[in-house]
Amino acid sequence: MKSKKMSITNFMKNNYFQVVRGGLNSTFQDNGRENLYHIGLPFSGAMDKRNYLIANKLINNNEKDPVIEFAFQGPSLKYFGVTRDIVITGNVNFKIIKNDNTEHLGECYRTIKIYDGDTIDIISTNKSVYGYFSISGGFKLSKVWGSFSTTLRAKVGPNNGNKLINGQEIKLNEPKESLDRKLDFINSNIEFIRVIKGTNFDYFSEQSLKDFFSKKYQVTKLSDRMGMRLEGTKLINIKSTNIKSEGLVKGTIQVPADGKPIILLSDHGTLGGYPKLGVVISADYDKLVQIPPGSKVKFKEIELKDAENLYKIYNMETNNILNKII
Amino acid sequence: MIKNIVNLGDAALYCDFGHEVNKDINSKVIRYFNTLKYKKLKGVTNLSPSYNKLIITYNLSETSFNILKKEIIELEINDNKEYNSQKINIPICCDDEFSLDIKRLEKKFNKSKSEIIKIFLNKSYFCYMTGFVAGMPFLGDIDKIIQLNRLETPRVKVPKGSVGLTEQFCNVYTFESPGGWNIIGNTPINIFNPSDHNKPNLINPGDEVKFYEIQKNEYHKLYEK
Repeated sequence: MKSKKMSITNFMKNNYFQVVRGGLNSTFQDNGRENLYHIGLPFSGAMDKRNYLIANKLINNNEKDPVIEFAFQGPSLKYFGVTRDIVITGNVNFKIIKNDNTEHLGECYRTIKIYDGDTIDIISTNKSVYGYFSISGGFKLSKVWGSFSTTLRAKVGPNNGNKLINGQEIKLNEPKESLDRKLDFINSNIEFIRVIKGTNFDYFSEQSLKDFFSKKYQVTKLSDRMGMRLEGTKLINIKSTNIKSEGLVKGTIQVPADGKPIILLSDHGTLGGYPKLGVVISADYDKLVQIPPGSKVKFKEIELKDAENLYKIYNMETNNILNKII
Repeated sequence: MIKNIVNLGDAALYCDFGHEVNKDINSKVIRYFNTLKYKKLKGVTNLSPSYNKLIITYNLSETSFNILKKEIIELEINDNKEYNSQKINIPICCDDEFSLDIKRLEKKFNKSKSEIIKIFLNKSYFCYMTGFVAGMPFLGDIDKIIQLNRLETPRVKVPKGSVGLTEQFCNVYTFESPGGWNIIGNTPINIFNPSDHNKPNLINPGDEVKFYEIQKNEYHKLYEK
């Protein structure tokens, strides 16, 4: 009895990551948190749902298990514990540094064995924004309000609602059986982001609506999990630049008085008073969030019925990809 | 009671209760919100009540705009489930350290600081909605004499606990956050408590809130942040 207890304690002590570098914006995320808009908490959750789901499926964890999401520069994690598998999804440059300082370039969308003393250095996402890191057995975390998602602004979620910081430790569950899995997957490039008319569509001049759906808009550096700010031809409001504050949803394209559109993303403020030009369709959300600052994007207006069909196709495609992994 | 229902994107219903903002229209929004909260219609993932709108988000794999719209139109609103309104007293310290915009307000209204504070403390306020950041209450209506617009350039950081005025409303910043409201004071108590999962919000829609003034020494005694 005593020896069993000892071994569990030893396991807990010896299976963890030391965060060598937290990275720019590394947080625990899952499928998101529901039913709290009314108190001011957004869904949060993984920005790119498809890559999140693939990360969990490849490592053989549960569909809604937490992963580490990172943006641009990811974390560098030193591992202490028994040999186990990891997976990284997205378009990510990373390397594994061994105890003897030899370096091995990492490959996304496949299981990689890590050993005691290895360091996983997630250097950068490539021509994209978000990547996902999953580990066999999963991270040892508690749900907050039914979810493992982190909402930084409200400090809600695992890790006390904070980003990963240098020097902290991450506890791990016992690993599952090791697997050798690989997925041939290429993130699709986008030509345009499809949008449904918003509730204040008619607040904008005819010319501005024409501009918005024909010219290119550039994603600026002032973009994060809360929102994406765009630069481009100024949008002229012909009615009112303020409405009475009301509920918002992710994907909403709102336009403040300066005429520069902002697209609200998963950690958005839940109420706001800027006119809504449109809403990005659900099927294009994963692609939208991966557009890096400096890139240009084009928008296309479509009808609700078409958006609903495109979502069915998106879901089918996702399931086909996940079913390929066995 | 709902004037119009349209779609907001492909995964949300936008229910419009009218253009005006008053207690009567807002109470209708809250009645729908409370009924829907217990009804748990298939696919509904979030309810976002505001002054005069209710936004219902849903999982597009489980339902769709037309199905849900029909269910909302046919919904029987349960009047018995009316929210049991709480009366809440909130301490506010208006020391110069906290009343960031008071000098501008004095000029704008041509009134002294103590006159402005007196007018503010004189009324109790109805909570129309909570949100923007977690737990932030939108309260009204403040006296016409002290109504004004948002700051032309919003602050990058408004301190936690700040009490602000804009148009007919006042609010409390539950977290440090960007914001454009005119700040007249600060409360030492926590309005949002993320560790209390049953009742994270001290103030909920439908509640009545009255502020009372405290001095700086009391502020530090009550400080919970």
